[in-house]
Amino acid sequence: MLIGTIVDGIVIDHIPAGRGMELYRYLELDKLQCEVALIKNAPSGKRGKKDILKINEVIDLNFDLLGYIDPHITVNIIRNGERVEKRHPSLPQEIRGVIKCRNPRCITSVEQEIEHIFRLTDPENRVYRCVYCDTRA
Amino acid sequence: MRSLLDIADLSVEEIDALIAKAQDIIANPEKYAEKCRRRKLATLFYEPSTRTRLSFESAMLELGGQVIGFSEAQSSSAAKGESVADTARVISCFADIIAMRHPMEGAPRVAAMNASIPVINAGDGGHNHPTQTLTDLLTIKREKGRLDHMTVGCCGDLKFGRTVHSLLGAMSRYEGVDFILISPEELRVPEHVRTDILKAGNVTYRETESLQEAMPELDVLYMTRVQRERFISEADYVRLKDTYILTPDKLDTAKPDLAILHPLPRVNEISVAIDRDPRACYFKQVLNGKFIRMALILMLLEVE
Repeated sequence: MLIGTIVDGIVIDHIPAGRGMELYRYLELDKLQCEVALIKNAPSGKRGKKDILKINEVIDLNFDLLGYIDPHITVNIIRNGERVEKRHPSLPQEIRGVIKCRNPRCITSVEQEIEHIFRLTDPENRVYRCVYCDTRA
Repeated sequence: MRSLLDIADLSVEEIDALIAKAQDIIANPEKYAEKCRRRKLATLFYEPSTRTRLSFESAMLELGGQVIGFSEAQSSSAAKGESVADTARVISCFADIIAMRHPMEGAPRVAAMNASIPVINAGDGGHNHPTQTLTDLLTIKREKGRLDHMTVGCCGDLKFGRTVHSLLGAMSRYEGVDFILISPEELRVPEHVRTDILKAGNVTYRETESLQEAMPELDVLYMTRVQRERFISEADYVRLKDTYILTPDKLDTAKPDLAILHPLPRVNEISVAIDRDPRACYFKQVLNGKFIRMALILMLLEVE
């Protein structure tokens, strides 16, 4: 499969297979005017399969969000066709305003103005819980 | 400025200090009669809970303070659509401390994030009710003289019973506390309690369906109600319901100094015949609730 080469942009690599579209939505990549490619189930040496996002523009990324999806994600910054930077997100202590609490009994489900906040409660198993009702993300 | 939203917000040392303060209040009530003079407690009860509300209100009155508030959402500005955050900001202008009961989980945290005065969670849906747990701890301390080195039996609905989950969390922080979890298969403690409290705290516990089998070992028996609507199968409910009703004959093998607790209200899970047994502590628990709330109000208002 051919995807156009990026000159100035970002390649988000090593996304866990099947979660690329979720990340696409969280990062609101649908709002960009530039070329964006989502590659699903690409072969991966370490994990067998992975998803990849290619964005043909250098944009500000929410690294907390990337870390929440998986801290093993790699972010490659491309300038003039060359990779100039490679970064890994870290596991964030807190994630705000992105993930929604699914508990219908949570106060966030009836008061729309409240910011959804999740805190890391179990780093070993990467468990995040809603700060209001403790429901797992 | 601090709030109390979850029993886990308090360290063991703070819980011990609150219990010690409550015991001093019990021993010397006159010393505390004017401690909160000119202070106001706002009881914001978005759903009715007469016992908890009156406990908070009598606690503040016995400290010499005053009480304002509402006892159902219909009589508050919530009926006009005001948010919890805005109500918390407004009430901060009138009162010195808030006790909030709300049917939605996390509402008291939203209040605490927006109020400029301390907020006490007086129960948020099926989520947290930290002053009930403090009440339970004070009762156990007064009855047993300690909170460590004992066997605690929790009986009934351990799946949905938030009071049991909080008690497990709080008591597992004391040394040498073993738990016997007595419930039907359907109502065993949920997975998150198993991993976050029992496994994480390296707690010694075993599970059984038989109250009779566990009875001789228990120092404390914490009863909760098994509700019909919690069962998937009506046949299972009929088969098991009487197993978890405490009757005098079931106490034949119990220790003479067993303490029987129940968060109340009781329906039929403890026979009224048990009320005369000196081991019944559930009405003493109600009284203890007032004393521990007095201690908590003093702590959060930073009154010595």
